[in-house]
Amino acid sequence: MNTHPAIHREESWGYDRRIIHYIQNAAAHGLYEIRGMGAKRQLPHFDDLVFLGASLSRYPLEGYREKCFTETVLGTRYAKKPIALKIPITIAGMSFGSLSANVKEALGRAATEMGTSTTTGDGGMTLEERQSSQTLVYQCLPSRYGFNPEDLRKADAIEVVISQGAKPGGGGMLLGQKINARVAEMRTLPEGIDQRSACRHPDWTGPDDLAIKIQELREITDWEKPIYVKVGAARPFNDVKLAVHAGADVVVVDGMQGGTAATQTVFIEHIGIPTLAAVRQAVEALEEMDMKGKVQLIVSGGIRTGADVAKALAMGADAVSIGQGVLIALGCNSDTYVQNGGHHSAVEDYMALGTAPGYCHHCHTGQCPVGVTTQDAVLEQRLEPEVGARRVKNYLQTLNMELTTIARACGKQNVHHLEREDLVALTVEAAAMARVPLAGTSWIPG
Amino acid sequence: MDSVTFDLAQIPLRQVNTFLHQHPEQKTGKVTLLNPDGAHSIAVGLNAAIEVEILGHAGYYAAGMNQQGTVTIHGNAGPGVAENMMSGRVHVKGFASVSAGASAHGGLLTIDGDAGLRCGISLKGGDIVVGGAVGSFSGFMAQAGRMVICGDAGDALGDSLYEAVIYVRGQIKSLGADAQIEPMREADYQGLRELLDRAGFSYSPAEFKRIASARQLYHWNADADQEY
Repeated sequence: MNTHPAIHREESWGYDRRIIHYIQNAAAHGLYEIRGMGAKRQLPHFDDLVFLGASLSRYPLEGYREKCFTETVLGTRYAKKPIALKIPITIAGMSFGSLSANVKEALGRAATEMGTSTTTGDGGMTLEERQSSQTLVYQCLPSRYGFNPEDLRKADAIEVVISQGAKPGGGGMLLGQKINARVAEMRTLPEGIDQRSACRHPDWTGPDDLAIKIQELREITDWEKPIYVKVGAARPFNDVKLAVHAGADVVVVDGMQGGTAATQTVFIEHIGIPTLAAVRQAVEALEEMDMKGKVQLIVSGGIRTGADVAKALAMGADAVSIGQGVLIALGCNSDTYVQNGGHHSAVEDYMALGTAPGYCHHCHTGQCPVGVTTQDAVLEQRLEPEVGARRVKNYLQTLNMELTTIARACGKQNVHHLEREDLVALTVEAAAMARVPLAGTSWIPG
Repeated sequence: MDSVTFDLAQIPLRQVNTFLHQHPEQKTGKVTLLNPDGAHSIAVGLNAAIEVEILGHAGYYAAGMNQQGTVTIHGNAGPGVAENMMSGRVHVKGFASVSAGASAHGGLLTIDGDAGLRCGISLKGGDIVVGGAVGSFSGFMAQAGRMVICGDAGDALGDSLYEAVIYVRGQIKSLGADAQIEPMREADYQGLRELLDRAGFSYSPAEFKRIASARQLYHWNADADQEY
């Protein structure tokens, strides 16, 4: 017989266990937390929108028979050689250094198989990713690690990164444990020290300068390659306008649900705006400038599913870009990894990090149990390029199938024909942010 | 290739840059550019052992990302001259504006006059020699290479330096975070003498101070005193 009466426990709303833990840590160490991945709290998202599939007032297409086009062209404004992709889903910039060379190769192979692009990152272009990627976007970042004109000329497009969705206004952080000899050489840094990337470009200071910087990049590459400008979503209406004014062929807007390899938790959770709100503001900026369709818009930051892709396109994006999602496809947070044809448990390695599969955000440690975000000579072998490529290809293929099946259900034979009119919101907040009606009403808040 | 002269008052810069980029293996002569009139992106992306003379003032990013080329600006240079230079030589006979030699990986940038703010910011290698003074935040986050400042330096010199070394002959208004003055070593005297000779300055290395990283920001730990 249980002699202990049930104890009713109720934590304080304002000082719940999470905040108590935070204060205790701050008091013990005097340092803020650095971690990987995206925000832990729930944010307004594409999940708060649903599609109005066709019924009587709209005419659907046959899901398994009728063709739905996904071809996407980026960089039609000035570039002599725009990027032609088979799907509107691209792989976002993630650095060699944060990720292993095997991962970069896997992403390149998967992107090539799916007819889409992958992107370099803060750390320069590796030979593996250039050779494996049919279409490679080369990022020009504030740090300029490993940035050089030869790689610039080898690229298919150039992305000037202003800021990242997980940390608008903040520079990067790659802790010393991930700076092995090769990473150090590419970044011109001593081995094993922390790399703190600059938060702003060294040679220009504002949008007027950016216009001239873009001109320089065009001149060096003889106006062949599309120039993307990537902004972390904070003030996307103004930032998109300024990027267009500066001469961007493509604007990339990265919402706050975007992941990161390592940054301050306070950035991840408290700086920037959700992707849902950002995409609407970005599209309005393009429309107001009469640049919709002339300057392409890529949306990133927490795109996970084909439904997310479809909703971003319906909101007005021309394509999406995925970072964290493809890392999960590779095996991030999986309890096993595949090596030499066999499945191996990684659970003990997660435990050693003080975490568990499904909960891991320890990318910054360089001790990724499944070999994705590591430079450790043993751990990086846990991600074999061909295995990783197959998984990412499957993931992208699934997203594309979901995208097209949604588009057909909405009566579209081209995914780019999805429109805001196809959407309604499930919450007042989402309706206000996305400027689509609350479901079952014609009411758009504001 | 024989010597060629382009008059930028008559020929679009795009056409000139195209010429400079084509068939780099055949380009060994000298190209003279007249009437630059402050145009931006003059002679950017060179990848040939070519000599370019710019007779007048250049705008932003003159000789940006230079490889192998020798570019001389007979006038002043705008922001970002020789930015991300990989090799070769860029010589500004007048003054340089902000961010001169930013993120350069190699080569030699010589500025006869003063340079503005943020000279040598994010320097990744190579050498910058400034005959006059430099503005604030010069050498910020410089990772490798050498900066020689024959005049004075502004505020926050060498803030967050990595392994680059800065030599200053004049007064330093203030040092940035983690930068410190260190004793000159024999290797410093020798290297500096050689560098000053290459840049065409006759100052004695004994007149210079050495500034380098205190390396207190190299690791994320509780001793960092919140300098991050």
